[in-house]
Amino acid sequence: MANNFSKETYFYWYELMTLIRQFELKAEEEYKMKGNIRGFFHAYIGQEAIAAGCMTATVPSDLFITGYRDHGLALAKGTTPNECMAELYGKKTGCASGKGGSMHFFDVKNNFFGGHGIVGAQIGVGTGLAFAEKYKNTDNVVLCFFGDGAARQGMLHETFNLAMLWNLPIVFLCENNFYAMGTSVARSSNVTEIHKLGEAYEMPSDKVDAMDVEKVHTEVSRAVKRARTNGGPTLLELKTYRYKGHSISDPQKYRTKAEVEEYKSHDPITQLERKMLSTNMCTQEDLDSIASKVDNIVQEAVKFADESPFPPDDDLLTHVSTDPHYQFITD
Amino acid sequence: MKVILYRDAIKEAMSEEMRRDQTVFLMGEEVADYDGAYKVSKGMLAEFGEKRVIDTPISELGFAAVGVGAAQNGLRPIVEFMTWNFAVLALDQILNTASKMYAMSGGQLSCPIVFRGPNGSAGQLGAQHSTAFESLYANIPGIKVVSPSNGYDAKGLLKQAIRYENDPVVFFESEVAYGDKCEVPEEEYYITFGKGNIVHTGKDLTIVTYGKTLKIVLEAYHHLLSDNINAEIIDLRTIRPLDWELVLKSVQKTNRLLIVEEQWPFGSVGAELSYRIQKEGFDYLDAPIRRITSADAPMHYAPNLSLAYLPNPLKIVAVAKEIMYLKK
Ligand SMILES: Cc1ncc(C[n+]2csc(CCOP(=O)(O)OP(=O)(O)O)c2C)c(N)n1
Ligand SMILES: [Mg+2]
Repeated sequence: MANNFSKETYFYWYELMTLIRQFELKAEEEYKMKGNIRGFFHAYIGQEAIAAGCMTATVPSDLFITGYRDHGLALAKGTTPNECMAELYGKKTGCASGKGGSMHFFDVKNNFFGGHGIVGAQIGVGTGLAFAEKYKNTDNVVLCFFGDGAARQGMLHETFNLAMLWNLPIVFLCENNFYAMGTSVARSSNVTEIHKLGEAYEMPSDKVDAMDVEKVHTEVSRAVKRARTNGGPTLLELKTYRYKGHSISDPQKYRTKAEVEEYKSHDPITQLERKMLSTNMCTQEDLDSIASKVDNIVQEAVKFADESPFPPDDDLLTHVSTDPHYQFITD
Repeated sequence: MKVILYRDAIKEAMSEEMRRDQTVFLMGEEVADYDGAYKVSKGMLAEFGEKRVIDTPISELGFAAVGVGAAQNGLRPIVEFMTWNFAVLALDQILNTASKMYAMSGGQLSCPIVFRGPNGSAGQLGAQHSTAFESLYANIPGIKVVSPSNGYDAKGLLKQAIRYENDPVVFFESEVAYGDKCEVPEEEYYITFGKGNIVHTGKDLTIVTYGKTLKIVLEAYHHLLSDNINAEIIDLRTIRPLDWELVLKSVQKTNRLLIVEEQWPFGSVGAELSYRIQKEGFDYLDAPIRRITSADAPMHYAPNLSLAYLPNPLKIVAVAKEIMYLKK
């Protein structure tokens, strides 16, 4: 087996994917065992190769926007684990000042545009981000992520058409993890090959095995290059799988344990590990030392979140209007 | 009488009406195979089959429109929104089509449809999952708006909506109330719209509320009682029609009015009720009408901020005492 990428790239992928997974496993524990985190919590576990492959296929000035399953992509874009954990705790030091929570991570300085709770909304908003990049004559590309369920919103059709009509610098990434809550892809449409939806608008479209970070990188790079060189949008259907329930409380009666185990046997992190070891790029000790480094980072994030203050109650009316004289109604 | 959960009261209402009338069907996200995102429609697929208990993709505008069209063509749809936050995508159909069809067609097409689902806050769900929509929908002419506080009312009002109401009905439930127990009679019953309920009679001031906020008001009621303040508590049950006459009668006795609700303040249900009561009952009032709403902001995630956002018993007690011109 040949290595197609540099050693640094593999190490970067491995560390990032391990970080996303360990971060979420720890956060889930804080949610369930200690109640430090509340509300909806949608884990990215199983989908980490997407975040990693998209990072190496882009540059920091490219913009990312996604739905509520947003922890992995925020961490990838460079939001610190401390800020992410603090946001889950609802602390002032979080990446949205404790106002967003799990579903609404934002980190604009790192070009991470959220964190959207209304299924499909980000497809249109992402297109608007791309419109502005083109308007401003930049080289930047927008990566717009959404689920298989979101692909059934009218928003997708309207904005696919607009993005093509105006030749916008955007890559639409449908993270097809096979389920929208309890509804499988096959139960939501006749068109189960979601990438084919692009064809109606003559948008270049393809599907990708997104359990394999190399393939994600390769396909996304191609699409990003197209967008960056004025070639317009691409739709990529990233075939992935979510290991956890939709949110914390989901009895998961819509799928079998065997199905979940089958997907886990193609685990993106394990696959990458195998590749790195079999090509003698590194030893098991190297991987273990990355894992323990990540473990420390995650422990530190919990400590940071724990010790951070909640926002003051006065923050109730901050960030509501940019107008310092906004007329609030207070009785 | 039997004791059931609020969620089952909703299910019984839908199931009883579906057994009676073949034109009634239920449609929405996860309502069939998954038994409802909040298990409200549990078992209904098994009883009524796929033709009448229908899972939809995440396409709120589309399936709401399908419901509206079906209602104009002889059926009586129940459209469930997973929560009312997502119904904003379908607002076009509710406002621009459903509510206006009867008028625009000169009375040829009515739209007997029920839109229902959980509304308002349900813990730390953040800004996009926490809006309370009663006042927004009540602003639309031609629509009826229901916001029950308990399972007994929910069942009777929902049956009424499905069977007898020929206008679009928007029906507001609550995630955090679905597990509440309630007593309902074994036999069938309906509750007509526009009849508020006096939950406690009192003489010192009138506190009006609706929906799940009633529970908070009842906590405040007991605090006030221990301070020798005897409040009359009114649960509106339906927002449109609005039983202002019941409130007026109460204010005639107590001379003081406080409205508590989870809406944003501007143009809230309380604002409308205040107008009506000052107009019809100006001479009865011994103090300005007051209201407690949610904060004039999106609901933030942090635990302290989400608590500070909502009405609570302490705020109610404090404002009640101000209305009574008592020291806090
Ligand atoms: C407009 C809208 N409708 C419904 C919901 C409730 N909801 C949240 S996530 C979800 C499933 C989305 O599935 P998918 O797009 O496949 O993304 P995944 O959760 O699998 O990442 C639903 C129905 C919502 N948040 N917004
Ligand atoms: Mg999905």
